[in-house]
Amino acid sequence: MGVDAPLGDFGDVLYYSALAVYILAMVLHAVEHGLLRRAEPAAVEAPVPAAVGAGSDTIPTTGAGSGPPARAPRSSSERFGRMGVSLTVLGFALHAAMLIVRGVAAGRAPWGNMYEFTAAVCLVGVGAWLVVLYRRPELRRLGVFVLLPVILLMFLGGTVLYTQTAPVVPALRSYWLAIHVTAAVISSGILLFAGVASVLYLLRSAYDSSGRMAWTAKLPAAAVLDRVAYRATAVAFPIWTFAVITGAIWAEAAWGRYWGWDPKETTAFIAWVVYACYLHARSTAGWRGRRAATINVVGFAVMVFNLFFVNLVVTGLHSYAGVG
Amino acid sequence: MTQTLEKRSDPPSGPRSPGRDLLALARNTWRGLTSMRTALILLFLLALAALPGAFLPQRAPSPQAVRDFFTEHPTLAPLLDGVGLFDIFATPWFSAIYLLLFVSLVGCLVPRTWEQIRGLRAPTVAVPRNLSRLPHHASGADDRTPDEVVEAARTRLRGWQVDVREEPGGTRTVSAEKGALREVGNVVFHMSLLALLVGIAVGKLFGYEGNVIVMADGSEFCNSGILAYDTFRPGVRVDGTELAPFCLDVDRFTAQYRPDGAADSFAADVRYSDSDALADGTPPVPTTIAVNDPLRLDGERVYLLGHGYAPQFTVTFPGGEQRTLATQWEPVDQRTFLSQGATKFDRPGVTDEVERRRTQVAITGLFAPTSSGGSIVTSTYPALTNPEVAADVYQGDLGLDSGRGQSIFAIDQTMVDQGRLTRIARENLVPGQTIALPDGTQVRFDSVKEWVNLQVSHDPAQDAVLVAAVALLVGITLSLTIKRRRFWVRVRPLGDDPGPASPSTTDRRSLVEIGGLARTDQAGYGEEFERLRDDLLRPPNGGS
Ligand code: HEM
Repeated sequence: MGVDAPLGDFGDVLYYSALAVYILAMVLHAVEHGLLRRAEPAAVEAPVPAAVGAGSDTIPTTGAGSGPPARAPRSSSERFGRMGVSLTVLGFALHAAMLIVRGVAAGRAPWGNMYEFTAAVCLVGVGAWLVVLYRRPELRRLGVFVLLPVILLMFLGGTVLYTQTAPVVPALRSYWLAIHVTAAVISSGILLFAGVASVLYLLRSAYDSSGRMAWTAKLPAAAVLDRVAYRATAVAFPIWTFAVITGAIWAEAAWGRYWGWDPKETTAFIAWVVYACYLHARSTAGWRGRRAATINVVGFAVMVFNLFFVNLVVTGLHSYAGVG
Repeated sequence: MTQTLEKRSDPPSGPRSPGRDLLALARNTWRGLTSMRTALILLFLLALAALPGAFLPQRAPSPQAVRDFFTEHPTLAPLLDGVGLFDIFATPWFSAIYLLLFVSLVGCLVPRTWEQIRGLRAPTVAVPRNLSRLPHHASGADDRTPDEVVEAARTRLRGWQVDVREEPGGTRTVSAEKGALREVGNVVFHMSLLALLVGIAVGKLFGYEGNVIVMADGSEFCNSGILAYDTFRPGVRVDGTELAPFCLDVDRFTAQYRPDGAADSFAADVRYSDSDALADGTPPVPTTIAVNDPLRLDGERVYLLGHGYAPQFTVTFPGGEQRTLATQWEPVDQRTFLSQGATKFDRPGVTDEVERRRTQVAITGLFAPTSSGGSIVTSTYPALTNPEVAADVYQGDLGLDSGRGQSIFAIDQTMVDQGRLTRIARENLVPGQTIALPDGTQVRFDSVKEWVNLQVSHDPAQDAVLVAAVALLVGITLSLTIKRRRFWVRVRPLGDDPGPASPSTTDRRSLVEIGGLARTDQAGYGEEFERLRDDLLRPPNGGS
């Protein structure tokens, strides 16, 4: 099991480059956000063709909506936003290259310890954000808020959790590792985005009802944030379910039982139930809106807790973190 | 939790009798229990109840961690234990939530499934009278005849469930629905969840797990009963008298280590005979059990969960009697496999009880597979490259027949404290070396054997649980990705009938109204509706 150390080190260079580019992108998005005029209420219902009612089920493309109504020349805010997106794409490319290099250097899927796992989750988070951007360019102003947690996580990953390239212990060397952890990475990354959207929803709806925190008036409309959060969670939930199931299959092969209430399993179960609560709340009268969004945020908190606290503090069969 | 709305549906007046009241109460309780809100709250409670399991060690997976917690927090631990916080998943309150959820799920599923079965055969819903009241709607005049428009709509709505109907005055309507599979997925998901819970429960009732340590020197283990195991965890309905018989000979254990001592792989070469082979005497089948790769028999699985060393000693008593023993020692350091243990000898052939008890011998201390050398023995590597034992030899009464249970890894310290067992010698030994005790007894360190820790697991419902889990996954994926939606078209002929909006020129032959409704709050129907609108309505006439 050869480990190519210099190649692994090159991966670290890519990691820090990606982080630096993300930080720059976040700054640009922050400037974009700062330059936005507030609320732009004129655009709220404007671009809807006359004959079509924008009822409760259409997406009210609030705020800057689907572009400034009069095809105004690009505002400086928009220019900064576009630069931010370009840099995010560049950072994403570096970030992806880092994981590929790590994988090649270690001769295995590049998520065998917490450093790599965190890097991979962040990559999926940014990827999910880019997909959303592609589908709904008008959400671009959310860039700051999406990049902020990514940068924080990557910073923690590069410092506290940092581990050198190495093969994994035999209990982890199984094709189920690749499948199970890949699913966990993908769903966690998407849920990261969903969690951000729900936090912003809560802020924005607090503003709508009380007028506090005026800066949130520049966010997209609460209904839009709520929808994006729901859609992201709806995509991620089956993937998370799959991750839990494959985890159980792997545990059956490695430890002799498919479920044993190991701390990691317990927390994964709790996260699953919390997200099921969220989905239920979305279709229960009196629970939509803020309560549902709060549950979604709690769900993401459980996911983060699962990654950090359970791996680092609680010892169980899953404590393979490889952190000294 | 019972909703007021549901209470209102009770008969408001009429003669009150206790029977009726009871019935009403039962019905309200049932309705409350099976409401979506109750399910939500129960789910919440379930998550909350499981939460301490993420912080506190649990007895079932990690008994040692619980014991450590007790020593670290001597006052707090018994309090927590009192409310079952170390066995959360076996406490009555956890089971209560689980059961209520189960009931709620059944109560919720039965009517939904029924509704769905009826819904499958039902025709699409007729076009609402006023399409402009729908969340999505549009209309426009058209130069095609109503029949042409209907035909175009049929073609465009391929893949939808479509019904074309007539209304008085030559008006034709199209009702279309799509996404019924969403509801199917939802019911499949909840049904599978139910099946999953049942499967888990069956496994808990009729399954078992047993652990046993077997020397990797050709020794045999047979699944003959509880006594064959070192530890045995039976399911509620298992008494250990009806275990499926099979036997296993462990011939060899092999491990590969990396330079830093971490294990790269380990495996045990075994030969097994399942119950059929035992019955008709066919020779055992050779195979290998490795990490992630258990031996799967008909109903049992055999796992390799751990391994360790057993130093073998031969004791020659003054009379010339010899005894050779290799008892497993337990690894105290997983990186270097420094191990500790106690190998205990009873002098054979002595009839006098008192004499026997004076001459028992035990060797305890530390064993290093790769010794650092020097006078203090430590291990530097887990493989067996330079074995050495730091042996303490005790002689006297081991207390084996005192009635107290003894650890196989240690001598009985009370015997030492009472002076009935004394340390005679302390020496470091490599294989082949001997210690001579003052009374003429010789203790020789012969060689080192390896042992494996095998786990036998039996869970009759495991495959069913897997099937349920896969069905659950399919169900939830359908339920969350498919949108349930309706689409309607109403085409009125123009010309002879001066309709509501009739700029009656000859090329305007019909007035087309469309409307759409998403049955679930799935986002995204807006875009689809706009595409349908663009395809079905003639572009220049976008006014209503
Ligand atoms: C272990 C308990 C349960 C879990 C994990 C669970 C999970 C879920 C999930 C993930 C959804 C998908 C939400 C969606 O389609 O948007 C759902 C939907 C639903 N669940 Fe459950 N459920 C549970 C128990 C129940 C119970 C007891 C009821 C009955 C009261 C119930 C009623 C429903 C209904 C009516 C929906 C449809 C919501 C919709 O179509 O939007 N569930 N459930």
